[in-house]
Amino acid sequence: MSIITVERKVLEKNDEIARRNRATFSQRHLFVINLVSSPGSGKTSILERTLEYFNKRVKVAVIEGDVQTDFDAQRIARYDAPVVQIVTNGGCHLDAKLVEDALGSLDLTGVKLLIIENVGNLVCPSNYDLGEEMKVVVASTTEGDDKPLKYPGMFQHASVLIINKIDLLPYVNCSMNTLKRNALQINPSLKVFETSCTTKSGIAEWCSWLEQNIHHEDGEGKDIGATRR
Amino acid sequence: MHELSVAQSILDIVHQSVPQDELADVRIVRVKVGTFSGVVADSLDFCFSAISAETPLAKARLEFEHIPFAVECRQCQKTFENDIGFVVCPVCGGVDTAVLSGRELQVTEIELENEKDKIA
Ligand SMILES: Nc1nc2c(ncn2[C@@H]2O[C@H](COP(=O)(O)OP(=O)(O)OP(=O)(O)O)[C@@H](O)[C@H]2O)c(=O)[nH]1
Ligand SMILES: [Mg+2]
Ligand SMILES: [Zn+2]
Repeated sequence: MSIITVERKVLEKNDEIARRNRATFSQRHLFVINLVSSPGSGKTSILERTLEYFNKRVKVAVIEGDVQTDFDAQRIARYDAPVVQIVTNGGCHLDAKLVEDALGSLDLTGVKLLIIENVGNLVCPSNYDLGEEMKVVVASTTEGDDKPLKYPGMFQHASVLIINKIDLLPYVNCSMNTLKRNALQINPSLKVFETSCTTKSGIAEWCSWLEQNIHHEDGEGKDIGATRR
Repeated sequence: MHELSVAQSILDIVHQSVPQDELADVRIVRVKVGTFSGVVADSLDFCFSAISAETPLAKARLEFEHIPFAVECRQCQKTFENDIGFVVCPVCGGVDTAVLSGRELQVTEIELENEKDKIA
């Protein structure tokens, strides 16, 4: 019997490409977020409201990840933002290589903010670094307040939590306090926003926070609670 | 559920670590799996068998070392474990804590059966 000592991370290849992406982003002074949630929590809707809010004042590019169809990219294209759709064909998450390839077909001239909408899945994307500055997790009120405890991995890795669909609070069995408490038990440093894409409540707060971060990338503002995990 | 692609990455690592003519001697591939590695060991095991069947690695199997989710409190210096993912200190309620382990997904060792073992 003989033993070969290996000690290698299984996802090292992904991590290596993610490092490369991160270097590209920082060279271009791009602020990059990885938007994650379960299917239908409102990632694309938040993107739409965000693009609407910035109204081209801040140039935003989008990478859409979906298992099938380019529906989400079509929704984004209406806002005249550079967008590329990645179809994973069954793949449950985006990985760094897919993002690296997608970057090749995006015109990033003048772009300050790149938002990557991951595949709707609260489990798998948490383990794949794409090279982003931070993960932003969306949880909607219709999913209930126990999601952070059921899917802690995602909440551990995120820096920001957007609680979406707050307009539906009167109709669903979801306590805001419980949801926040659960999330903060998993990750006390989460920055929390509460939004509704229907009434647009909370969108301005979310967007101005984003905008501060964009400036921060230019070396203007500093440290507003954004942490890389 | 991305165990299949994880199994493929493990297979690649084995191929890169073991000389071609010894691949058939591989018996055990040891993998560290943290509570929050994002993979299910049983499912990974199944996927690995599926993709290694009818290859020189057909006799290789995965052996898992489970790594608990452990957190250290910087306030009271206590270390605690749980499999829920709580990072708030259960002793002093402190939130200034550091995750020590539980996110591993790593190939640590490959065990081969040599000619000598086969004769014995
Ligand atoms: N009432 C209400 N509905 C919302 C809100 N945000 C999104 N929706 C609706 O929820 C559904 C899903 O929204 P999407 O934005 O497509 O969700 P998604 O997370 O991008 O979905 P996937 O990409 O498929 O994972 C749509 O019908 C939206 O109109 C909200 O704040 N309030
Ligand atoms: Mg979407
Ligand atoms: Zn403590």
